[in-house]
Formats: sequence, structure tokens, C-alpha cells
Amino acid sequence: MVSHEAKHTISVLVENEFGVLTRVAGLFSGRGFNIESLSVAPTLDDSISRMTIVTSGDDRILEQITKQLNKLIDTIKVIDFTDSEYVERELALIKVQATEDTRAEILRIVDIFRGNVVDVTARSYTMEITGAPSKIQAVVDLLKPIGIQELVRSGPVVLGRGAKGGLSDKG
Amino acid sequence: MKRTGSQILLESLLLEGVDTVFGYPGGTVINIYNDLPDYPIKHILTRHEQAAVHAADGYARASGKVGVAIATSGPGATNTVTGIATAYMDSIPMVVITGQVPTPLIGNDAFQEADIVGMTRSITKHNYLVKDVKDLARIIKQAFYIARTGRPGPVLIDLPKDVQIASTKFVYPDSVELRGYKPTYSGNVRQVEKAAKMILAARRPVLYVGGGATASDAGKNLIEFAELIQAPVVTTLMGMAAFPTGHPLSLGMLGMHGTYYANMAVTNSDLLIAIGARFDDRVTGRIAAFAPKAKIIHIDIDPTSIKKNVRVDLPIVGELRDVIEKIGNKLRENEEQVEAFPELTAPWRSQVAAWRAQYPMSYKSSDSVIKPQYVIEKIRELTDESAIIATEVGQHQMWTAQFFNFSNPRTFLTSGGLGTMGFGLPAALGAQVACPDRQVIDISGDGSFQMNSQELATLVQFKLPVKIAILNNNFLGMVRQWQELFFDHRYSQTPLELPIDFVKLAEAYGATGLRASRPDEVEGVIRKALETPGPVLMEFKIDREENVMPMVPAGAAIDEMVLAS
Ligand SMILES: Cc1ncc(C[n+]2csc(CCOP(=O)(O)OP(=O)(O)O)c2C)c(N)n1
Ligand SMILES: [Mg+2]
Repeated sequence: MVSHEAKHTISVLVENEFGVLTRVAGLFSGRGFNIESLSVAPTLDDSISRMTIVTSGDDRILEQITKQLNKLIDTIKVIDFTDSEYVERELALIKVQATEDTRAEILRIVDIFRGNVVDVTARSYTMEITGAPSKIQAVVDLLKPIGIQELVRSGPVVLGRGAKGGLSDKG
Repeated sequence: MKRTGSQILLESLLLEGVDTVFGYPGGTVINIYNDLPDYPIKHILTRHEQAAVHAADGYARASGKVGVAIATSGPGATNTVTGIATAYMDSIPMVVITGQVPTPLIGNDAFQEADIVGMTRSITKHNYLVKDVKDLARIIKQAFYIARTGRPGPVLIDLPKDVQIASTKFVYPDSVELRGYKPTYSGNVRQVEKAAKMILAARRPVLYVGGGATASDAGKNLIEFAELIQAPVVTTLMGMAAFPTGHPLSLGMLGMHGTYYANMAVTNSDLLIAIGARFDDRVTGRIAAFAPKAKIIHIDIDPTSIKKNVRVDLPIVGELRDVIEKIGNKLRENEEQVEAFPELTAPWRSQVAAWRAQYPMSYKSSDSVIKPQYVIEKIRELTDESAIIATEVGQHQMWTAQFFNFSNPRTFLTSGGLGTMGFGLPAALGAQVACPDRQVIDISGDGSFQMNSQELATLVQFKLPVKIAILNNNFLGMVRQWQELFFDHRYSQTPLELPIDFVKLAEAYGATGLRASRPDEVEGVIRKALETPGPVLMEFKIDREENVMPMVPAGAAIDEMVLAS
């Protein structure tokens, strides 16, 4: 059986209780699992939070991650989206150095990637970009030579297409 | 009717069927201790919080009930950590209640504040900080439910002092609502069918039994199942007493200090059926060479145990008794086939018998110096099968596992997963509280004994007639053995040179002390100890450099055993 390291995006529905985030984060660090990004916020039902975790590992590790997450008493549901249809979005705020020569180029890039400029100063533009992480990476790569001053990425959040991934979904 | 948090706690304990708690008072639990005399709950005052938790653990291991321990905040709480970790590693049902500084002070580095919930997150099955007295009854109900169901384990409840004082209407919930916790008890029917097929196709089957068999009280079902398919049985340290060692199908313990024939059987088997065992590295040795020819069926209530360390051909999640019974029933559906099956595996059993005859468990006896194995055999001979044996950790623990020949579940209490020195004496204490009419013996090492020797006081105060057998080699023997074999005899910090007078130590606490220095004194000392009422400490001055054999060196395959040194 060949098993490759692969990136996985996992959605975890948890009780919105004190200490849950530490339980999940502690599980990853205590067992040596990777966390590439993690985002957490309440859902429509405010007794439940949704965590989106991007992690990586081979099949055996991913199976352990899923099982260990499920084992936490506060975990209601774990969904690994990797082999299914899902929409994925990440938000990035990027502050770019702007000079007479580069302003037009920056605006063109923002435009092409359907971003918005959200703040302007004499020497910089701050823009927001949303999209799949690969799109964000493409923007970052283009802006880097021009001069990125600061960058913040939210980490991706995902939802399954159709019925996949809801509380009622048994998958 | 309004009740304070402290009263709610005690009433809830009663409703959970708790009649005994082990604990140690302090500032943040003083309200609980003030209310305690009003309730029919026996409190055993240990002399250290670690011992209170080990005692609750021993109580749980011996009785199958949930053990309960109480400690104060800060140092009291941190003293429970080793005990909790020990129980967690061995899946022991337990509820630990710690006092906490008042909620307004939490986070302020208040006097005797420690974030015990944070510290125990990774060594509890679940833990709680109670912030509102209105949540208390529900939390206690959940804690006991979580501790005793599924794969059992310790649960900690951190109870701030102001929550103990605050009052509210007391209603104990009659059910538990936990949408994130639903253990799977019933084995999947299709998996069971596959298991039956795999068994019938096997010619060299072995049952590999772990602590889960004890936790689920599956002893009887196991014997029935093993006899049905006539498969040899190997057990882990934790599974030891779940299957009688004297049974003709028993090959004893496998792994690092397992029997030659157990390890050979596993290595050569074509079907390994793991039952409530978790493929610990002390069991598997070099993982790539573990059961290399076998298909593996793994039955466990905890899905995370499956495929964690080894590849598994057929996982079955469920309660062991249920799954074993279902597989048995499935097999019996085809009576002819199941009756013919043992015949097909007869050559395998003769092969196993040949290995057993080749290297049976043995040791060199002596007339001049006490051999530790001899002491173990004598204790076994002079006690009846209901005796409960606790051990510490080290060579004496392994000799006990190898030579005691346990025959009943819940009679062997040992720290398997964490390997905690200092566990045995308080665990024996707790077991004696749970089983006042049975003989309870702690088989100890001179090093381990000193990690909780203060519990002699508790034994004497509560008139608990635990017998202690110290196999005194004046060494941290197990570490010395490694130094001898793998570090060229360099005994760095393992000789315990100071000759402690253990007999006098026992007497100082008001217990009886006895000593044997020659082989011909051993039997007399054991007889005397068993006849003497109250706690008795026996010191056996044993062969100082005796080794535990066979031994699989670290990193070797389990069939690459050193058989004698
Ligand atoms: C709390 C703790 N500290 C250290 C160890 C490492 N250790 C394992 S066995 C052992 C020696 C135990 O000595 P003793 O109790 O005299 O038993 P013996 O091996 O001599 O029978 C040590 C130090 C341990 N298991 N537990
Ligand atoms: Mg010793």
C-alpha cells in the first residue's frame, strides 16, 4: 500500500464550550500532528462552533487524526473534505508598498483577481482578496516583487457542496 | 430544596452508588470536608494525594466500580497528576474532584492556584471546570457516565470554592445528553461474518488478549471462544488475569519479557485476533517483524486503538463480549464446520507445545540465596485463587507476571501503560477497601516501595490487612539489568546502597515487619505474614543481580529473545 503525504481540509463541529479550542489544538501538538491553519467561529446554532483545520499526513495519520478528533467528548462531527466536492475560500489582507511607478500595476492586479482596495495611504495600498488558497498565493507571488509590507491570511474555510457536511449528513 | 455546591457533590456521589472516597483535605475543599460527616460515605485519608488517586484506581481495578478521589487545589491537584496519568494509560474508570480557588481569582496566580484542567487535558478522558453551581449536578452525572462507559478512563472535575458555597435547587438528571459521545457497543454484523470466515480459513490462529478483556469483564466469553476454536491464547501484562494462565490453551504473556512459546506462536501465526489490546511497543518489539505472516483481526471498543501501530486486515469496533459472542454464534451456525475446525489446527497446537517443551519458563534455583521467582511461587502456593496481587514497577513486577500464574480476572493490579513506581502499595490499599474479605498483597521492589511508603500509616489507621512483599535487591533492578546487558555493566545510580531496615520501618508505623535472608526462611515468613492480623511487611533479601528472562532487547523482533543471562 503506497501512502502519500497529502494536504487535508477537515471541518470539525464542536460544542461551543470553554476550552474546546485548546483540546483540539492540544490533541494536534500532543500527538505530533501538523496544523497548517485553523479557523473557528460559531455556527447558526450558537451552541455549536465550526473549526476548519488544514493538516497533512499520510492515510494512516489522517485516519488517526479523524478518529482522535471524534474521540473528544466535545466533538459532534468530523468531516474530511479531501475526496469530495466542496467550496473553499480564504481571505487575505495585503498591504503593498506603492510608488508613482507601481500604483497602476498594483491596481491592475487587484482588478484581475477581483480584489478590493480597502485602504490607501501616500505610500501604500491595502487590499482584500478572497478565493481558494492557490489564488491568494498567486496574488502574493505577483505582489512580492513590488513590495509586500504586511500580509494576513485567514486560513481557508470550507463548505461541502449540496448535502455534504451538514449536521444531518451521515457521511 | 436548595443545596450548596458541596452538598450537591456529596448527594450526587451517593446517587452514583459511591460509598468510599480516597482523599486529602485543604483550603479549597474544606467545605466539602465539613459536609462529609453528614453523608454515609467512607473517606480514606491517604498520606499523599498521589496515593489517594492510586488507591481509587486499585479500588476500581479490583471491583470494576468507578474509583473516586478528592484533593485540594494547587499542590494537592498537581500531586494527583501521576495517578491520573496511570489510570488513563490503563483505561481505569475514575472521577477525581479537585478544589479550585474562587472563580473571581482564577487566572490571578492566587494562593494555591494551578490550572489543573489545562494540565490534565491530555491524561483524562474528559475534564471540567465548574463555573456555575447550576451546572454541577449535570456535570457529575456526565463525569461518571463518561468514566465508566465506552473505553473507561479518568474524568476530573475542578470545583472552585465559591461554587461549593453557592446554592441552587438540586435536581439530579436521570439521563445523560451528550451528542458528541456515543460509544459503539454492537459489533458490525458484516465484519463479524468476515471474522468467522477468516477464522475458518486459518491454520495457525492465536488470540492476543489485552486489558480491554478485563475492563469489559469478558473472561468467561474468552474462555468459551478460545475453546470453541481451540486457539492458543497470549496475553499482555494488562490482559494477564483475564484468561487463566493455567488453562491448557494459555501461553502466558507475550512481548519483551514474554514466554518463548508465546512470542514464537505470534511470530508464526497466520491469524492474530487482537482482543482489547493495543499493540504497545513493549508487546510488539520491532514492529516490522511483528506477526509477519499473520492476518490481523482487531476487536476494540476504541476506534483510535485500531490501526494506530500496525496494519489491520479486519477492524471490528465494539464491546468485546458482544463481538466475541457474535463471532462464536456465527461460527456455530455451521456446526459441522466448526466441529471439524480444531482438527485442522491440531498440528499448530503440537508445534506450540513443542516450543513450550523446548524452553519452558524456568529459573535456576538455589539453596544459599533467595531467588525472587521462588518467593513469587511460594506466595502463589500459600494463598488461594481469590487473592489480589498488586505490584510496583520493575523486575519484581515482571517476575510476578511470569511466575504467579493468575487464574481470575481482577486479581492482578499493575501499572502497565505508564509503568508507575509507587503504584502498588496504594493500589493494594484501595483494593483491600473494595474487597475487605480477600487477601491483598503488594509485591514490591525496594526502590518502588519508597515512592509511597508513607501509606503504611493509612493501612494501620484504617486496619487494612494488606501484606507487602519487598523483593529487596538493593538495586533499581530493572534499570540495572539494562545497564548490565546493554551498557557494559556500568551501574550508574542504580545501586541503592543505604541498607534500610524495612522491618523497623514497618514497626515505626505500627505494622508488623518480617525478614527472610535465606531460602529456607521464605515459606515461614509468608505463612507468618498471612496469619498475622493487620498490615505486614515482608522483606526478602534476594539474589541481587538476578535478571528477568527471557528478554527481547529494545529494537529486536519478539522472536529474537535472549533466553538466559
Ligand atoms: C516513577 C518512576 N520513576 C522511574 C521509573 C524507571 N524505572 C523502571 S523500573 C525501575 C527500578 C525499580 O526498582 P525496584 O522498585 O527496586 O524494583 P526492581 O526492578 O529492583 O525489582 C526504575 C527506576 C519508573 N518506572 N517510574
Ligand atoms: Mg530493587
